[in-house]
Amino acid sequence: MSVILLDEPLVPTPPRWRRFVARLLRNPSVVVGGTILILLILLALFAPWVAPYDPFKVNPVQRLKPPSWLHLMGTDEVGRDLFSRLIFGSRYFLLICIVTASISASIGTLLGLIAGAGSVVTESIIMRLIDVMLAFPYILMVLVIVAILGPSLWTGMISIGIAGIPGYARLVRSAVLTVKREDYVVSARALGASEADILFRTILPNVLSPLIVYLAFSMPLAALVTSSLSFIGLGTQPPAPEWGAMLVNSRTYLFSAWWAVTGPGMALFISIFGLNILGNGLRDVLDPRSAA
Amino acid sequence: MTVPPLLEVSHLRVQYAVKTGLFGRVLDHINAVDDVSFSLQRGETLGLVGESGCGKSTLGRTVLALQKPAGGQVRLRNQDLFSLSPGELKHQRRFAQIIFQNPRSCFDPRRTLGSSVRMALDVQDMLDPSARDAAVAEIFRKVGLRPEHRQRYPHELSGGQLQRLGIARALILKPDLIVCDEPVSALDVSVQAQILNLLSDLRAELQLALIFVSHNLAVVEYIADRVAVMYYGRIVEIAPTRQLFADPQHPYTRALLSAVPSIDVARRAEPMPKLGDPPNPARLPSGCRFRSRCPMAMARCAVEDPQSVEIISGHWVACHAAAGPVGQ
Amino acid sequence: MMAMQQIETPQTGSPKNVQPLLRITGLTTEFRLEGGRRLQAVQDVDLDIGAGEILGLVGESGSGKSVFAQSILRLVQPPGQVVAGAIAFEGRSVMDMSARELSRWRGRDVGMIFQQPQSCLNPVRRIGWQVAEPLLLQEKLSRKAAWAGAVDLLRAVGIPAPEEKVLAYPHQLSGGQAQRVMIAIALALKPKLLIADEPTTALDVTIQAQILELLRESCRMLGTSLLLVTHDLGVVARLADRVAVMYAGRIVEEGPVETMLTAPAHPYTQGLIGAAPQLGQARGVRLKDIPGTIPDLSRLGAGCAFAPRCDARAGQNLESCTLSQPLPVSIRPRHRALCFAAKASSAVSPCEISP
Repeated sequence: MSVILLDEPLVPTPPRWRRFVARLLRNPSVVVGGTILILLILLALFAPWVAPYDPFKVNPVQRLKPPSWLHLMGTDEVGRDLFSRLIFGSRYFLLICIVTASISASIGTLLGLIAGAGSVVTESIIMRLIDVMLAFPYILMVLVIVAILGPSLWTGMISIGIAGIPGYARLVRSAVLTVKREDYVVSARALGASEADILFRTILPNVLSPLIVYLAFSMPLAALVTSSLSFIGLGTQPPAPEWGAMLVNSRTYLFSAWWAVTGPGMALFISIFGLNILGNGLRDVLDPRSAA
Repeated sequence: MTVPPLLEVSHLRVQYAVKTGLFGRVLDHINAVDDVSFSLQRGETLGLVGESGCGKSTLGRTVLALQKPAGGQVRLRNQDLFSLSPGELKHQRRFAQIIFQNPRSCFDPRRTLGSSVRMALDVQDMLDPSARDAAVAEIFRKVGLRPEHRQRYPHELSGGQLQRLGIARALILKPDLIVCDEPVSALDVSVQAQILNLLSDLRAELQLALIFVSHNLAVVEYIADRVAVMYYGRIVEIAPTRQLFADPQHPYTRALLSAVPSIDVARRAEPMPKLGDPPNPARLPSGCRFRSRCPMAMARCAVEDPQSVEIISGHWVACHAAAGPVGQ
Repeated sequence: MMAMQQIETPQTGSPKNVQPLLRITGLTTEFRLEGGRRLQAVQDVDLDIGAGEILGLVGESGSGKSVFAQSILRLVQPPGQVVAGAIAFEGRSVMDMSARELSRWRGRDVGMIFQQPQSCLNPVRRIGWQVAEPLLLQEKLSRKAAWAGAVDLLRAVGIPAPEEKVLAYPHQLSGGQAQRVMIAIALALKPKLLIADEPTTALDVTIQAQILELLRESCRMLGTSLLLVTHDLGVVARLADRVAVMYAGRIVEEGPVETMLTAPAHPYTQGLIGAAPQLGQARGVRLKDIPGTIPDLSRLGAGCAFAPRCDARAGQNLESCTLSQPLPVSIRPRHRALCFAAKASSAVSPCEISP
């Protein structure tokens, strides 16, 4: 905290966003996690240019070849280039993250805002609904929704998105309950601001920090569950180069062709690790107590 | 005395739920404000004192329609606040504003201070939008800060500076009444004096009426024209400041006054009052609510809730043991 | 309840040659900040506390008074560190104590009370055990004897029906009762020194009056010295024998309570006394505020930390204030101030204070 005397000359401080970026760059977790995320995004965007082969092209002559200069990460059981398939897999990974997170975050945040700021009755109804959802084991709920909608990548993502709603709703509600007691919210009301105005222009910006951190933590979890769905055959269907699905296909050859499992496994691990430490770093940076 | 008062509070009652059922049904409640009536003239300062939990802050907020009453009326500029439409209430709000205890929590940490103060004008749609920034700069200067402070964020300023801006935000709408909810309690003594001086200057200049809520009797004596003493939701004594401090009638007022440690070393031997522990607010004693701690309690106090009686012009007391009304 | 007594003037007579209970010399506590900057929260503090004496330590937030209290007990947590100075308790050096000696000393000879009693009590244990704990650990009493001791202690600090209250949990106590329990715990082993950090700041004024009374009577009965850390001069006037005023990490003035409050020598002390409204003070008189705010301790200049806000400096235009640190000036016996202007003004006449 800096204390300024009334007659002390004012030193101009850099704009808020620039100080925020500076704080981000000082945090090693954010830098490492952010780098991994940016690399993933670049790979996904430029996959056709980066990948040396067509990820779907079958080549029976080159079946289950170990890594070599020709095939950097070897080939799979039908002779597709694993390196190219991994690069295209980043598209699936990011798609899963974005779709699931958008579903859970948007609906969950809205429910949380209404529950936190609404009347006692609406709050009770929403929170009892959330309690019912939480009473189901996460995986069970996903499986039930997939069973209803039929197995595919999109139903997998939608079901995981829905299963993530309670987490966001509870987080946002408790954050709103804290923020709405703050004097600056009371002050906005005393100035005559409408409840909707207060909710979206004063309360929402102040619950964004925990929301962003939760987002960074829940995205890799969603990606992991989607991959698991593919693994038990309820998610992505072959021949899509999704990392989880690739793991399934290769597990039969675990002992004869280790590279076929290692590649997608490492890709999943690094991406999820990156998002997780990004979340850790963001939590530190966004903590208001660290705002110097 | 034919001028209608700026603010008239009658039989106001505010309840808090202390226990709720499964779907928000209220099972048990406390009367935070219990049948309170008073009025306030333009330019007058009413001090509201009492211990924590006595309902003084709740009363202050209900007067601003920030809290819904369970009964009674609040009339500001001759309009009943709780029978207004939302649009009318919004317009009425510009005449009564609030200053908070903790200057650190009364500004949105994600807004610049200029934008927080300007929000008042934006919300109320006062002045031409192009003139608003100039008005904000002007009010910053008025409370002793520089217009450049508009670009600052709350965490960059000291508590005293933020409290000045809390006053600025309340003043920019040119209100008739400001409820000051413990405005100097969170400040250091040296800064507290700056804020008290600023408030009394502005009050005189702008003909402001203040409701000054505080637990600090010395501060209230310094700033208020009239003082109301609250005990668990009820005003037990109200009188012009000089009168109340010179001749307190209610045993609770006397206890409060004698409990304030004096800076005068010669008075350190004076005995301190020995009030018992405060009652559970949800289970107040029958009859007079102060009975359980009162050194003068009589049999009558247990059965009859004392009514407020005017013992001298303008001096009202709710106590069976206090002197009777004028002329009796 | 303990017997109420009229206060006699404490033993402030002639300075005795007996060594004080606690002697602090040159104590400096430093905090390392991010970016390598350092902040001295306590700077070169000399202070004595006599046996049975009540010393009021007055300061505003950020003055370093709480860090000072922690430094005495060597409780400062990193990034803070006591970097210089000596602390002698009955002649023993606290700075040289081993971890074991230190915890024994803190447990037996020193008691502590804080501002928020509720947060110092363990919420899941009955208060009886919390009061009995020092008796069990340090006195090695049996469980039964310690429990009986706890009941006696609670009775002594004025808890009604102590036989029942020993079974209560902290959340069942009011703020005033919780502070009484804290006092019982702090005084359980009859310590020689009690350190109370803003003990009544969180309490209502009627409860504060009772807690102050209890503190004074307990210390008198046990012969315990009290270091009373507070921002409230009224509390000091009520209780203390001697007063030390802290500003920006230094003790700027120290002396007997009577002269400190009626004839303060340091402009900051004068300012504090003038700034707080007092009951019965004439209305409408402008409060004498101290301009500006407390300085940032990590950016102090070479001169007196109070100089930018100081009236006396503005009035007399003392160049030295901004250039060098003032040395202690003896105003009268046992009364010293850290100010260039104090010497000048008090040499002529004792300082007048404005109402």
